[in-house]
Amino acid sequence: MPSQPLSITSAGAALRSGETTSVELLAAVMSRAEMTESELHCYLNLDREGAMSAARRADRELDRGEDRGPLHGIPVAVKDNMCTRGLETTCSSKILAGYRPPYDATAVARLREAGAVIVGKTNLDEFAMGSSTENSAYGPTRNPWDTGRVPGGSSGGSAAAVAAGSAIAALGSDTGGSIRQPASLCGVVGLKPTYGLVSRYGLVAFASSLDQIGPLTRTVRDAALLLSAVAGHDPADATSYAGQTPDFAGSLDRGVDGLRLGVVKELGGEGYQPEVSEATEMMLEKLAARGAEVTEVSLPLFDVALSAYYLIAPAECSANLARFDGMRYGLSVKGSTASDTMSDTRAEGFGPEVIRRILLGTYALSAGYFDAFYGQAQKVRSLLLDEFSEAYEKVDVLVSPTSPTTAFRLGERTQDPLAMYMSDICTIPSNLSGHPAISVPIGLDSEGLPIGFQVMAPALGERLMMAVAAEVERLAGFDALPPPALAPPPGVPL
Amino acid sequence: MKWEPVIGIEVHVELDTDSKMFCGCRVSFGDPPNTHVCPVCLALPGSLPVPNRKAIQEIIRLGLALNCRINPDSVFHRKNYYYADLPKNYQISQFDVPVCVDGWLDVESDETRFRVGIERVHMEEDTGKSVHVGEGGRIHSAAETLVDFNRAGTPLVEIVSRPDLKSAADARTYAQELRAVVVETGVSDARMERGSIRFDANVSIRPEGSPRLGVKVEIKNMNSFRSLEKAIRSEIGRQTALVTAGERVVMETRHWDEEAEVTHGMRTKEGSSDYRYFTEPDLAPMAFDSSWVEEARSLLPELPALRRDRYRGMGVRPAAARVLASSDPRLRSLFEEAVESGADPVAAGNWVTGEVTASLRRREASVGELPLRGDQIAALTRMVSEGRVSAGAAREVLEGVMDGEGSPSEVATRRNLLQLSDRTALEEVVEEVMAANPEAVERYRSGEGKVRGYLMGQVMRATSGRADPRAVNEILSARL
Repeated sequence: MPSQPLSITSAGAALRSGETTSVELLAAVMSRAEMTESELHCYLNLDREGAMSAARRADRELDRGEDRGPLHGIPVAVKDNMCTRGLETTCSSKILAGYRPPYDATAVARLREAGAVIVGKTNLDEFAMGSSTENSAYGPTRNPWDTGRVPGGSSGGSAAAVAAGSAIAALGSDTGGSIRQPASLCGVVGLKPTYGLVSRYGLVAFASSLDQIGPLTRTVRDAALLLSAVAGHDPADATSYAGQTPDFAGSLDRGVDGLRLGVVKELGGEGYQPEVSEATEMMLEKLAARGAEVTEVSLPLFDVALSAYYLIAPAECSANLARFDGMRYGLSVKGSTASDTMSDTRAEGFGPEVIRRILLGTYALSAGYFDAFYGQAQKVRSLLLDEFSEAYEKVDVLVSPTSPTTAFRLGERTQDPLAMYMSDICTIPSNLSGHPAISVPIGLDSEGLPIGFQVMAPALGERLMMAVAAEVERLAGFDALPPPALAPPPGVPL
Repeated sequence: MKWEPVIGIEVHVELDTDSKMFCGCRVSFGDPPNTHVCPVCLALPGSLPVPNRKAIQEIIRLGLALNCRINPDSVFHRKNYYYADLPKNYQISQFDVPVCVDGWLDVESDETRFRVGIERVHMEEDTGKSVHVGEGGRIHSAAETLVDFNRAGTPLVEIVSRPDLKSAADARTYAQELRAVVVETGVSDARMERGSIRFDANVSIRPEGSPRLGVKVEIKNMNSFRSLEKAIRSEIGRQTALVTAGERVVMETRHWDEEAEVTHGMRTKEGSSDYRYFTEPDLAPMAFDSSWVEEARSLLPELPALRRDRYRGMGVRPAAARVLASSDPRLRSLFEEAVESGADPVAAGNWVTGEVTASLRRREASVGELPLRGDQIAALTRMVSEGRVSAGAAREVLEGVMDGEGSPSEVATRRNLLQLSDRTALEEVVEEVMAANPEAVERYRSGEGKVRGYLMGQVMRATSGRADPRAVNEILSARL
């Protein structure tokens, strides 16, 4: 009988059968963290005390027969750009060193409400700006599959923690691929929901029109469960979706029979690692064999989506990060005037990539450049949405690799921002359109590094998207684990 | 060459809503610093704005009162600039699609009537308040600056006029009329001394008759209508002197110095600022239902200009009608109740805008403390027109009524102010006066007509001024 590391589903079953307790689950996760953190650095901050008291409460409640649902008693990690009341929240930036928010992000509050145990705060590229987690002011996270390589980013800490078993599941945020790309590079499932499905209240904003919180998990079912716990309307977020949220786990066994899958022509070919392309091809054949109608679809604007993204996201970030001025919280480098304090604080507090993007964005919004840059990018964005809509008249979902390559080496792309930006070529279009997308691991390359497969769907098409993703998961039968020293131990036999 | 000024006014009005524009904190004034703050109005990381529905309804009402068109799909923008009292270092404001556009306001003073175009009325949020403490206490000489964020996020409406104003006096008249409209719609208490309404002026000059606009200077920091007028006049003078001397006016923002009565240039060159406006991604475009807008229009109160016309139609004198139409609603209802109780509108208008207002001022009382009813004004005017009290005595009767001594006739009786019109009694007095002044009687009879006034005065003196002059005249004529 195959034995896999713990998932939300298997851990939940063990909790309810009395085989284990939340405190034991937490202890297992914490001991994994003890063993792996010096190597991987997934966490910026492990909340031992808070997590233990939450686990004890979860156990007491279960003993009394109070069951909060699938997340009850499950140790979950949270990316450090989501506010946690009283628990340091830094966004991996020096400018927020020691900052303890007075409130919980809505997604965090909902996790707690669902009975989840928050293990700690995971590492990220500073303010979620990056694709490798190397832009953290507190040092990079390493990939459990090969510690010489990056875990992807910006939710690299969350992805690596789930891959290494120092969390059973994690929340990340995705502005241009920051959940899906690290999920792909770390061999876990990562889902970016439809824009507005999960409240952004308490998520420290990078690019407000693109940011979305979502799950990083071991299985597609887990992603559905975690998403269900955090999704839903929030009056504190004016861009939050006001409708009812469906049962995301409800159609995982539907299969792909009769579904129309569109392979995005622009996301493949030159610049893609051949093994990534081959694995994608093979998966498409298997899906076709299960009754999916696989066709190629061309979305020409995908070629310029990256450029549009690198104008819109920096423009928004240049305003969003303006509040970090040393006046009210966080780092404050006192100058002789308020204006000096602001500029000195920002010069010292922000890392180079953040400064680069603030400058880019400020420039793109400036008088005389606005129309040529930001204005033009917004036009591309709106046309891209039209292109998506046209494509979804012909197919039910779109598919592609999640990342053109598997995990790259630390330092390999840090000197070349454009090469780094290319890591997100497959993921960015769904952020610009606000549509949901998911990455599912489908195999390893010749160096033993995970390959991810992306399924994209129209707005609020999560159920269909997850039905396809679940089929991909079954077909891939991906049960590989990182090298023994860093692989999570087998959990409850399934 | 003769120069003519071109003036536009920008007005900021804090709305009188319960809560702030984008969070649930209370809108307050004068409370201890930083007691009405939350993650949103302090711009803590991760917080998000949620628009205040009431504030949007109020700006639409105000826009309608200013004859504006309502944009059905108005959007918020971010206006980016760094300042310590601006928590996000951007202000949520509006740029190219404000809520209200293309309106106008009819204005009049003793001398003129004119129409001022309203370019736009847009929604934004107020900043916190910088408090400069220590040493000089002014912006550039303070030892320290503290910031109070209670005001941060208060709903703020900006009303931008077209450059239609041609003199400092006109600008003042416009500002007063606009304030009256704001008060009338009830969207703000519009108290200048609290800063809940603030006026900035854009002033430029050009050769008389030229169609081109000159370089404009924005002047700020005027805290009364008087200082608004003075500041504009001073700025027109400054600019005229500059160009007359062959120099150029520089685009800048200048502060009005109330004591020195001059404008000072600010150290920063704001003419070059670039606010990098872009659509606020945290807020969806607004969507106004046209039927809702029409309903709001139909529920607007009567505005000062219309009321002015109505009062004039009732016969109230133009000046009194103008004052009354823009006055405190409680003064107006005093007037309207008086008319309803049968007072002559001309007299009631004069009383309310004249003696009643003056008396309140003497008493340093607010209109809220007005101890007077409309039927009392009506009774008073009737007593005057019926000759029961003299005009002068009527003022004293009013004081008595306002002192709570009873109805006008009770006061007149108690204070002995009723006119003597009893024929027999007056005839006796006249007899006595004539007997006491035989010389005067003789002179009058020999043709010295003006002596009659003297005799009249003697009668008045003998009756402490209470004698009905008409009756005395008649008796004198008969006796002489």
